[in-house]
Amino acid sequence: MTALLTVPIVVPLIGAALAVVAYGHRQVQRVIALVALAVVLAASVMLLVRVEADGVASVQVGAWPAPIGITLVADLFSVLLLVVSIATIAVVLVYAIGQPGADVDQPVFHPVYLVMTAGVSLAFLTGDLFNLFVAYEITLSASYVLITLGGRREQIRAGMTYVIINVVASTMFVVGIAWVYAATGTMNMADLSVKIAQLPDGVQTALAMFLFLVFGIKAAIFPMFFWLPDSYPMARTAVTAVFAGLLTKIGVYSIVRTQTLLFTEVRPSTVFLAFAGLTMVVGVLGAIAQSDMKRILSFHIVSQIGYMILGLGLFTVAGIAGTVFFVVHQIPVKTALFLTAGLVEEGTGATALNRVGGLLRRAPLVAGLFLLAALSLAGIPPLSGFVGKLAILEAGVGAQRYAIVGIALAVSLFTLFSMVKIWNGVFWGTAEEPTAQLAAAAPDAKLAIPALMQAATVALVALTVAIAVFGGPIYDLSVRAAEDLMDPAAYVGAVLG
Amino acid sequence: MSVVSALIVAVLFGCGVYLVLQRTLSRIILGLALVAHAANLLLMVVGGRAGRPPLVGAFEEGEVVADPLPQALALTAIVISFGITVFLLSLAYRSWVLTHDDEVEDDVEDRRIAQLGGEEMARWWRRSR
Repeated sequence: MTALLTVPIVVPLIGAALAVVAYGHRQVQRVIALVALAVVLAASVMLLVRVEADGVASVQVGAWPAPIGITLVADLFSVLLLVVSIATIAVVLVYAIGQPGADVDQPVFHPVYLVMTAGVSLAFLTGDLFNLFVAYEITLSASYVLITLGGRREQIRAGMTYVIINVVASTMFVVGIAWVYAATGTMNMADLSVKIAQLPDGVQTALAMFLFLVFGIKAAIFPMFFWLPDSYPMARTAVTAVFAGLLTKIGVYSIVRTQTLLFTEVRPSTVFLAFAGLTMVVGVLGAIAQSDMKRILSFHIVSQIGYMILGLGLFTVAGIAGTVFFVVHQIPVKTALFLTAGLVEEGTGATALNRVGGLLRRAPLVAGLFLLAALSLAGIPPLSGFVGKLAILEAGVGAQRYAIVGIALAVSLFTLFSMVKIWNGVFWGTAEEPTAQLAAAAPDAKLAIPALMQAATVALVALTVAIAVFGGPIYDLSVRAAEDLMDPAAYVGAVLG
Repeated sequence: MSVVSALIVAVLFGCGVYLVLQRTLSRIILGLALVAHAANLLLMVVGGRAGRPPLVGAFEEGEVVADPLPQALALTAIVISFGITVFLLSLAYRSWVLTHDDEVEDDVEDRRIAQLGGEEMARWWRRSR
């Protein structure tokens, strides 16, 4: 059981080391990466089963007792996100392998990708605030390499913005850690949960808001979102897809974790709801103004983060359960949308709405996959986005926050509008300035898109459909996760004993 | 003593933020390095007064030693910020090789859409008058 907790962190790192040794042997590297991710996925699923049955699991790394050493903790919230994230990471790896040309699948790609996986796992499983910082740095360092992989001019420009904003946020995180340590003298999150509650109210609020600001930059909350639509679309599609699905969600995870576990007596509901509303509205308006598929989707990442903060901001079990379900649904859906954008780019050479068109006939499978994922994002029943949004809105009505519920509904409508804009531009009609690839082919000829890339996208869309089909059980799990988050006694007990 | 350290932290933060807000990449990187130093120094300040003995060997009951944890945290943070600074320098070099310029470039697509929005606003303004 205790060994299981370390597997998602250690195995990808070992895999990364082996992949470095196999530098230049692409097939060997692919096998290593796939095997490592399969092992991690199996371990995460086993962990989910065990945590679901026995409650919070923890392990003291290096056998130092709790407040001194680093603790790894797995509760339902973290394990749910871990399973979905690792599944998504694995599917994107298959997609990257299926992409022809050495663009993404370079010798350096596999080791870095595995290091990023280790960082993501550590972020979800760590029970130590400074260790969370280290997890962020592992993930981000790997992501810096991935976003600039290829070294093209626009990638360097976008990568520079991305790296600088993240370094600033990380430095602020160190400052936050220093303040928390100055106030409490501990870094263990379970111990902090007890000790922060004894601090004066003003200090508690200051620390809570500062950490919200730090993670808000990572999660791309209004007004700290500007770097995301600027930098994400420039990377290679497989990389953008995995960033879109995961990196901002780690920020959301950290916000939910710290606000519920560390600051049990600070409940600035109205502040959170205001940020949630602004994030949703500004994100979706930004999306409407864009005319490129990847850029539209990038703005939607921001917009959807708003829903997650909305659920948290209610500070009720129902609201947080909605947030948990919504994050679980967003990770595969967002990634799947970017993967379909990648398929369009692979088939036609562009994703600008005026340069492609009529793909419904020429790539019907891609159109179907996009339709399912897009309707799910907009929250059309019976897809998974509907379940998530319904849960959050019901909680909002239950907490009598009608204004934010109204805003969220309006934003859903705009989301649907911009998805229809993509549909009209890419899958219906004709291209105004067709790309060379489109112009060269016969009007009704099917586009040549590698089968493995399509298969990976199908698998991910199937996962989103599965989340809708098993919506009931997953929502029940989310409610249990939310109950644990709202009452951290079980978490604290499991760590401190 | 701690007033002096607090002042040093504040000055480092101030200079660092000023440099980060410049448009030249080399200045931004220097600024980030300064800000990182400030954060690391803050970690040291948090660890308590200077001059206490390190946590080595056996100690008498009631004897005061320096808190080793902030030192360990600062060490980790220094290593990380060193690595990232090196990466940033290599990015800046690559940018210089590609553009022969040390400035942060604009996002072309973003500029285009902002311009479209501006034209639309101007048209709407003319109509409404």
